[in-house]
Amino acid sequence: MPEIVAFNTIDAGIEPEAEKVQARATQAGPRGRKPRRALSGRNIMIYGTLIVVALYYLLPLYVMIMTSLKGMPEIRLGNIFAPPLEITFEPWVKAWSSACTGLNCDGLSRGFWNSVRITVPSTIVSIAIASINGYALANWRFKGADLFFTILIVGAFIPYQVMIYPIVIVLRELGVYGSLTGLIIVHTIFGMPILTLLFRNYFAGLPEELFKAARVDGAGFWTIYFRIMLPMSMPIFVVAMILQVTGIWNDFLFGVVFTRPEYYPMTVQLNNIVNSVQGVKEYNVNMAATILTGAVPLFVYFVSGRLFVRGIAAGAVKG
Amino acid sequence: MAGHTRGSGRPNQWSRNLNAKFASVPMILTAVVIFLGGTIWTVVYSFTNSKLLPRLSFVGLDQYERLWAAPRWLMSVQNLLIYGFFSLVFSLVIGFVLAALMDQKIRFENTFRTIMLYPFALSFIVTGLVWQWLLNPEFGIQSVVRSLGWTSFAFDPLYNSNIVIYGILIAALWQGTGLVMCLMLAGLRGIDEDIWKATRVDGIPMWKTYLLVIIPMMRGVFITTLVIIASGIVKVYDLVVAQTSGGPGIASEVPAKYVYDYMFQAQNLGQGFAASTMMLVTVAIIIVPWAYLEFGGGRKRA
Repeated sequence: MPEIVAFNTIDAGIEPEAEKVQARATQAGPRGRKPRRALSGRNIMIYGTLIVVALYYLLPLYVMIMTSLKGMPEIRLGNIFAPPLEITFEPWVKAWSSACTGLNCDGLSRGFWNSVRITVPSTIVSIAIASINGYALANWRFKGADLFFTILIVGAFIPYQVMIYPIVIVLRELGVYGSLTGLIIVHTIFGMPILTLLFRNYFAGLPEELFKAARVDGAGFWTIYFRIMLPMSMPIFVVAMILQVTGIWNDFLFGVVFTRPEYYPMTVQLNNIVNSVQGVKEYNVNMAATILTGAVPLFVYFVSGRLFVRGIAAGAVKG
Repeated sequence: MAGHTRGSGRPNQWSRNLNAKFASVPMILTAVVIFLGGTIWTVVYSFTNSKLLPRLSFVGLDQYERLWAAPRWLMSVQNLLIYGFFSLVFSLVIGFVLAALMDQKIRFENTFRTIMLYPFALSFIVTGLVWQWLLNPEFGIQSVVRSLGWTSFAFDPLYNSNIVIYGILIAALWQGTGLVMCLMLAGLRGIDEDIWKATRVDGIPMWKTYLLVIIPMMRGVFITTLVIIASGIVKVYDLVVAQTSGGPGIASEVPAKYVYDYMFQAQNLGQGFAASTMMLVTVAIIIVPWAYLEFGGGRKRA
């Protein structure tokens, strides 16, 4: 299972220094790092390459921001890399509150709030269910549990396209096709393999004595989950939350397939605004809208730092 | 494990561990109904002539024959092969080289890592739209280079059907190489320091150490990364929709988009099911040998 491997390797990558330092300290002989000239050819090569690469990665973000702050006349005349001569926030206002998709002209704000209404419950429901699954698999294995779990993990590799139509039918039978509830169910389903794996591995790593002691004291399934497992597992819940918030916010396919236009998430609405064929293209508004859509996952990314790396390493297979 | 601990005679098989079973109902339903049932359902219906609604009137391999005769599907497969090959090669090579550079005990490692990984936090839609703008021939990179004096400079992949898939590749690499770098870096950090010392003592040049010692040692990381990238490649959809909508013409169509369009736009379900079954087969070809290699010798507990 690639997720497990990736997850562990990332873990190994995060805190290797302490061990290395220790290893070095126990050796005899001269201590400390060999003094090195700061401007050796080797260093210039390494830092030069890394800086060029970093600039390449930053370039699109820079261009996005610059374009979104320019007026259309300046964009037509100027060059996309040049900073704006005259800074205007007009495109941002327009992208948020009055950009058009088809006949609706109430801007991206609608998509934003839809995405919030999709992401918050989907994240909570999917994590709640997956954590209980993981707990049952780690501590209360019943006959056949491993079989279901294997199907679940194999299912993570099946292209979504294969399962989309059957899900449409199931949701239609349940009467929730096209609604927010339906989309929340879909996100819960497709988040389940990776999250269940994440929680199962985490709970299996907790000391078993703890569980046994609670059992001896007469605690049952739910008591142990809420009173012992849950409070002890906050870090993994945070990782799962990062994974789900960014994943669900960035989703496009499920939003298109499983919701009606009035519930379209932000990504779908953004695509409709930018790639609409009618009207004059307003590149500055488009770029402002693009930044607005990317802002939430970017915020999560910059705030969560290394936890994000753990999350995506675990969820890389989801992408 | 637990749950079997109480051995008071032989209680009813069903009532034992009831809470856990009850709590696992969503998982069991997802696994059995959606993943297993849904997949079988789609494969079965790919042999029918369903149009607007799924109907069980079997037509054998008709849908597949039609699929492999459709220019648009052939174009999609060709694009996926080109895109898949280059994104595998480039993301592994670039990812590894960057990781090797990051592993030279450099300063500001965290800053570089943050910069290289942030595109991965963005959605494919955002990625596609940014690169659509950067590759816009009227205003983007092409026009900037031309305004510098090189007036015959041509770089308009999104408007040239021969190279449009490479335009998508550029955006995909920008988004995904950071992750590969992170996975590779984690792999490099797992290599024993003594290996490096030994090769230094023997006077083996660094590039040779990487090529002949380190990379073979990182086999597991490479395979994992490969599987992750490959299963992402097959699913590529949003990026194409945002960047080119499959155009110009059908030049940048991909299988996932073919499936969506036939299921939900062209009302030709049978074609959609056949195409998605082909995607399933592709993934199976990637996953089964890997799973066999990795878990063939008995199941390991993670």
